Amino acid sequence: MYFLKRALFLIPLLLVITFMAFALVRLAPGGPFDNERKPASPEIERNLKAKYHLDEPVWKQYLRYLGDLSHGDLGPSLKYRNHTVNDIIRQGLPVSLTLGLLAFLIAQGIGIPLGFITAVGRGRWPDYAGSFFAILAICIPGFVVGPLLIMFFSIRWQIFPPAQWETPWHAILPSFALGLFFAGRISRLMREGMTQALQEGFIVTARAKGMSETRVLVRHAFRIAVLPVVSYSGPLLADLLTGSFVVENIFNIPGIGVFMVNSSLNRDYTMVVGLVLLYATLLLVMNLLVDISYGLLDARVKYE
Amino acid sequence: MSRNLTPNQRAWERFKRNRPAVFSLIFIAALLVGILIWPMFAPYKPDQMAATQFQPPDGKHWFGTDVHGFDLMTRVMFGARISLMVGLVGATVALVIGVTWGAVAGYLGGRFDSWMMRVVDILYALPAIVFVIVLITVLDTHVKQWIVDQFGSSAGRYTRTAFLFVGLGAVSWLTMARIVRGQVLTLRGRQFVDASRALGANNSRIILHHILPNVLGVIITYVTMTVPAIILYESFLSYLGLGIQPPMASWGSLIAEGASQLNPIRVYWWLLVFPATALVSTLLALNFVGDGLRDAFDPRAG
Amino acid sequence: MDALGNDRTPTRSNLMRFCLLSTIFLLAVSLLGCGKKEPRADIVIINGAEPQSLDPAIITGQPDGRAAGALFEGLTRLNPKTATAEPAIAERWDVSTNGKLYTFHLRKNAKWSTGAPITSEDFIYSWRRVVDPLTASEYAGQLFFVQNAEAISMGKIKDLSQLGVRAIDTHTLRVELNAPCPFFLDLCAFRTLSIVPRAAIEKHGDRWLLTPPVPTSGPYALESWRIRDKIRIRKNPYYWDAANVQNEIIDLLPIDQQTTALSLYTTGQVDIIWDKGLVPNELLDVLRNRPDMHTFDYLGTEFIRYNVTKKPFDDPRVRKALALAIDKQRLVDKITKGGEKTASSYTPPGTAHYLPPAGLGHDPSLAKKLLAEAGFPNGKGFPNFIYLTSNTKTSVQLAVEIQEMWQRELGIHCEIAQKEWKVYLTDQSELNYDVSRSGWVGDYNDPNTFLDMFMSNNGNNRTGWKNPRYDQLMRDANQITDLNRRAELLRDAETLLVHDDLPIIPLFFRTGVNFFDPAKFEGIYFNLLDEHPLWPIRRKR
Repeated sequence: MYFLKRALFLIPLLLVITFMAFALVRLAPGGPFDNERKPASPEIERNLKAKYHLDEPVWKQYLRYLGDLSHGDLGPSLKYRNHTVNDIIRQGLPVSLTLGLLAFLIAQGIGIPLGFITAVGRGRWPDYAGSFFAILAICIPGFVVGPLLIMFFSIRWQIFPPAQWETPWHAILPSFALGLFFAGRISRLMREGMTQALQEGFIVTARAKGMSETRVLVRHAFRIAVLPVVSYSGPLLADLLTGSFVVENIFNIPGIGVFMVNSSLNRDYTMVVGLVLLYATLLLVMNLLVDISYGLLDARVKYE
Repeated sequence: MSRNLTPNQRAWERFKRNRPAVFSLIFIAALLVGILIWPMFAPYKPDQMAATQFQPPDGKHWFGTDVHGFDLMTRVMFGARISLMVGLVGATVALVIGVTWGAVAGYLGGRFDSWMMRVVDILYALPAIVFVIVLITVLDTHVKQWIVDQFGSSAGRYTRTAFLFVGLGAVSWLTMARIVRGQVLTLRGRQFVDASRALGANNSRIILHHILPNVLGVIITYVTMTVPAIILYESFLSYLGLGIQPPMASWGSLIAEGASQLNPIRVYWWLLVFPATALVSTLLALNFVGDGLRDAFDPRAG
Repeated sequence: MDALGNDRTPTRSNLMRFCLLSTIFLLAVSLLGCGKKEPRADIVIINGAEPQSLDPAIITGQPDGRAAGALFEGLTRLNPKTATAEPAIAERWDVSTNGKLYTFHLRKNAKWSTGAPITSEDFIYSWRRVVDPLTASEYAGQLFFVQNAEAISMGKIKDLSQLGVRAIDTHTLRVELNAPCPFFLDLCAFRTLSIVPRAAIEKHGDRWLLTPPVPTSGPYALESWRIRDKIRIRKNPYYWDAANVQNEIIDLLPIDQQTTALSLYTTGQVDIIWDKGLVPNELLDVLRNRPDMHTFDYLGTEFIRYNVTKKPFDDPRVRKALALAIDKQRLVDKITKGGEKTASSYTPPGTAHYLPPAGLGHDPSLAKKLLAEAGFPNGKGFPNFIYLTSNTKTSVQLAVEIQEMWQRELGIHCEIAQKEWKVYLTDQSELNYDVSRSGWVGDYNDPNTFLDMFMSNNGNNRTGWKNPRYDQLMRDANQITDLNRRAELLRDAETLLVHDDLPIIPLFFRTGVNFFDPAKFEGIYFNLLDEHPLWPIRRKR
């Protein structure tokens, strides 16, 4: 019941978010058609604005936008004038989804075991070595890792292609460049969750009852320990699935991550709002799923 | 352990026994002192151009020089001020707003939780760049004018930095709130919480004395992750025009500059290695200190 | 509740099953997402930023122009070597003695890529479309030399047929100009004036370029266009000069990251890089010695604008002092490194039918003297001011160097305000700055493309500088047919700009950079417009 209500609440929430984005992006100085060289006459600028209804009051533009949105039309891109926002998302989203999922799996696949090991070996060398790696991953941003990977794996050893998105081989370096950063963060959260879980009463009891150590760690401690990772993973997955600006740029991947940033810089109003809508939907759904999984992982969680 | 110590003293005793944590604390203290007294000993001024650009590290320029011939070591030392300040602000905002918000939402649950978390969702979903750009232009022109009128032109100089902190603060607390709220949700159904409620403790007492100590570990962990993220985020904000302006530099902008030198033809490695090392070693130390504090203040330890 | 177990636990096998399922799902998605690899094109070129459009009437950027230029052609085209107009769809033309009436004779064998003939009606449609307010063409100004074009674009004349271009018959076209225009034939080669397919546009609207087949009038047809991924073009067999098109398939990659471009080039995945923005300045000292790097001059100027409405920059002595204090040679040696030539004039040398006047050089002692005369001996009393710049790396580095020069030579201090691109443009347009980094690239080879922007009411002036004499000189120059007299008038105007009144400081002329192995490719030439048509490029056997 609680989750049903939450799900219904998504729609008004999305409307609020789109309207705020709609208004905010119009507050920013400069418009989509301001370039280094101005058109020969101010009338040309006026024609441009009129063509895209930018000369109307904002509320009227928003109503028009909602009207189009109701039949799934996100409007024309104001920067890429031959494309609609739907065109761009249709083309870029599958790419970003693939890359994001791969990176997410890498982040979890490395982060969770690493956090597990560092927590169990807390205060000893596995902890120090693992923590060092994790903190390195946290501090070194994608715009450093990406070029480093390219320099070694593509140019020196020529194992993977340096950029583009054509074969599955092309996906490997970017997914690692993107995943490693989050692997570090997840491992830190996992380590903390695990440390705490190991101090829980029922774990101590289980150990006292003579349960095998692996069974205690995997079956009981793990489920409680993973909770901080779960709450972090909701927004993280929404972030990853909608692409990464840095990694898509470095590896020239035709996803939507670059548009997420560039549309704001270009003041491509329709594009900004369309992408915010997409991102917000994902984010809200993910967070809903996170809350549901909370109840599944830890029976003590109640929402009402 | 003697019986008549206060909890804080006992925590301090425990902290002192954690060798990596103590060592790291000394490192951070030394770094702070070094940064503060550096201008007195610095051989170069931050805006002093040497004759040679891209000079590799040598006896005169320990960290080498950059495109303008600025001494990189000087830039790293001066950049530390900005970056550490930014990290501190980000961490504080995350701690104060994020933890409070998350703890209250998680503890109260139900409708409060829903509304408070939806606010977080909305702020998280809005495009940060646009937010920053609007912040710069709307605030920088109007508020700056107002402040200059009220307090004179010298105050105007600090408005940009103040807005930088607003911009940073706006984003740094959101994920913290989510994580804390998640932890609190699992805690509030526990027996010890029910017990203290039965004993007549009010909500704020329960949150402060029973819930927060139990999420301290997660909070500390997340703060140590927020600090580098914020330090790097600052360089992005500065790039958009909010924050520090060239020729001033921060660790974030120095790392970004160094990263742009990674190419297949020739790499000026020192431009990346030194600022990155500064950030990584500071963060390592911060993590060990955080870990030590966490263990020392753990309610279940000792 | 039992402390140990609770029945809702997902068992380990459940977990395993989840992992397995997600792995399978992932593999499926990655295979779908990646798709199959296309065969390699004959030539792969890194073309710069993703084009905003490929519609000749809409495009404004250089990368857009290179791609659209391969697809669509006009009455004339630019010679690949000299970048001067040569016959294209028009095989010859007559000009009236007053220089205002052009009669173009179209080729009988000119065809669309669908095989349909190209007629004078196609030109009339395409040109009317450019000036039609509904098209919202930013470059409509390129047609303002044609009679009534400006009035139609401004909405003063509603009837599109009033535009000064008429069909005499299916293959003869008459164009009437407002005033003689010595560069009109060059303009006819400009992308905006290319012809576009009426039926496709009327049927598909703004998405016409995404709906194959796209009828094209140029040497190539559009095979596929995936945004931020690849533009693939294929030789148009119906092109009138198809016999001389030297290649079959070309890929244009939209890449604007320097390291990405270099990595792809180094690993042999691309053949050509053309855009100076794609090569890091700091590598140019190494790269310039390589046989595959080519630098050349083109019509682009880097300069600084003054906001002459603000004190103390309303005083020409102050403006001159700041200009004289800048060591331009050091800027190009230390920062840009592309062999750029320092600028004392605004119009680059080599601009057709013109010799630019000499402006100010580097003279710190004179600069100090002028500043003292203006009331600021040794910079005393000079207010701190704002140096507005965009946030591109080179612009910021130039700002830091110039800041230091002014501080050292004149004792004055500016604060650098590095702004995000659109904020920078807005601040510049609204004169919300003191001095500002600027750049300009010529559209066509004539001084007018540089000089008309500083007329009082031009939207690209952005200095607040209004000089009636300058306006008069420019207007006079563009009314006469005698090229020598015209050059004199323009030179007088530019002297005001770069010597007498100085609302701008020219810094240096830009250098173009191309990357390709001359042992493998031929047919790429270097010219003042940085134009490199695709059709003559050939891979050597």
